Amino acid sequence: MDSIKAESRNLNFYYGSLQTLKNVNLQIRERQITALIGPSGCGKTTYLRCFNRMHDLYPHNRYQGEIILYPDKINIISPEVDPIEVRMRISMVFQKPNPFPKSIFENVAYGLRVRGINNKSTLSEKVEKSLRGAALWDEIKDRLHQPAFDLSGGQQQRLCIARALATDPEILLFDEPTSALDPIATGKIEELIMGLQEHITILIVTHNMQQAARISDYTAFMYLGELVECGETDSLFVNPQNKLTEEYITGRFG
Amino acid sequence: MQDIKQRIKISKFWNGIFWIIGLMSTLIGLVLLLVLMIDLFTDGAPRLSYKFFTSFPSRFPEEAGILSAWVGSFLVLLVTAGAAIPLGVAAGIYLEEYARKHWITDIIEINIANLAGVPSIVYGLLALGLFVYLLKFGESILTAGLTLGLLILPMIIMATREAIRAIPGSIREASYALGATKWQTVQWHIIPYSMGGILTGIIIGLSRAIGETAPIITVGALTFIAFLPNSPFTSDFPFLSFKWLMDPFTVMPIQMFNWVSRPQKEFQLNAAAAGIILMAMTLLMNGAAIYIRYKFRKRIRW
Repeated sequence: MDSIKAESRNLNFYYGSLQTLKNVNLQIRERQITALIGPSGCGKTTYLRCFNRMHDLYPHNRYQGEIILYPDKINIISPEVDPIEVRMRISMVFQKPNPFPKSIFENVAYGLRVRGINNKSTLSEKVEKSLRGAALWDEIKDRLHQPAFDLSGGQQQRLCIARALATDPEILLFDEPTSALDPIATGKIEELIMGLQEHITILIVTHNMQQAARISDYTAFMYLGELVECGETDSLFVNPQNKLTEEYITGRFG
Repeated sequence: MQDIKQRIKISKFWNGIFWIIGLMSTLIGLVLLLVLMIDLFTDGAPRLSYKFFTSFPSRFPEEAGILSAWVGSFLVLLVTAGAAIPLGVAAGIYLEEYARKHWITDIIEINIANLAGVPSIVYGLLALGLFVYLLKFGESILTAGLTLGLLILPMIIMATREAIRAIPGSIREASYALGATKWQTVQWHIIPYSMGGILTGIIIGLSRAIGETAPIITVGALTFIAFLPNSPFTSDFPFLSFKWLMDPFTVMPIQMFNWVSRPQKEFQLNAAAAGIILMAMTLLMNGAAIYIRYKFRKRIRW
């Protein structure tokens, strides 16, 4: 059994008086890919965004319960924990590529600059390492100082992955990272994510079941804010325990 | 079939009517403005010379110039910019990025929009009470600059907020997701990306300030002044002096007003010439605003 990197216990989430997550208990295993699937509006993105306290940016949001981060066993959604510290340890890649309107280099270096690293050689070294990690280095090594907006959609998303990798996060969150991309770019990103799990824990939201089946080790199925079923991807897709899961993965709704 | 043709004919008739109304409306505005400008130019252009810029006002219309007026306008604008830009931009950033959104911020928002519409003479009265009598700044460049600063402050705040609102939320999220604080996000993203809109707002505000007359008269600008304020630059250390802040002054529109109110025809010509200069200054500033907007739009597209 793999060790556990993070675990949500009785997690509830409220937007104003609307409860969007109900009692979610889920274990995220270290250096494994956990996929969250479910129909639109089931709360999978809301759940993902709890892990780096993105909800703190907007008013009227309220967490209840715990998300324990191992090995130090801190509850990362507790009000006593600084969301900035959480975000420094748990990074995120968004649905639509959102590079900054700066150069490719500055995009990747940003997380390091935020941490006060301004030494040129350290930055260059880290930027190259991250871009290699995101399988982008060979394509763009000669135009590091050109605007990131000149890259294609798929390249932009890999740039966003490099940006998130540069700060060596413990967990990397992906929120439907390929939904805005064509199949070829999607293939590259999937390959990349599978390669990353060697040294990083990954939690990915996807509404593409085939994608979950292709890349993840564990899959969790959510419905109406609740976690319905979670298990090893192979067994969940072949032999779902819950009727709802079965109906969803066989395409009867969703 | 006949019916449809009839219908189309009627519709086209009304379409044509509006075409004529619209064209006439446009032309009336443009032609009037053109006539005004031609009139100004035929009167004023012959008076425009190097000497016009370097002479003080005089009892003799052909010797009178706008030296004290344009120097005064320039220095007043300097104070206005120095006061209104940092305050306006900081307030705009605070309201957009820091302030929690609730009813108090709503009230502040409505008030700022209202302030932008307050007649400028009211600002003059406020400034007379506050800067001249209470703070004892006197009838000085400092007073006038701060008065105009107050006047354009709401414009700069609103321009800043508009510019910031154009930045997509996904960019903010990307920054925060990497562990940035609010200030890091503001410093590295919000300010640079909204700079085009902010600068445009600043320049349009300043170009409004340069033509303001009423509040400046209220705070006691002189209408006839044959000397310059102290120079901001000095020969000894620290080479900068702020004595000029407290000096009496006049500005371009007041110089114009003074000339217009003289009975002699020659002074009217001087007023027209000063009008041309004032218009050219405003046009130049608005042109710069348009250019800056264009340049920044080209560099950043979302």
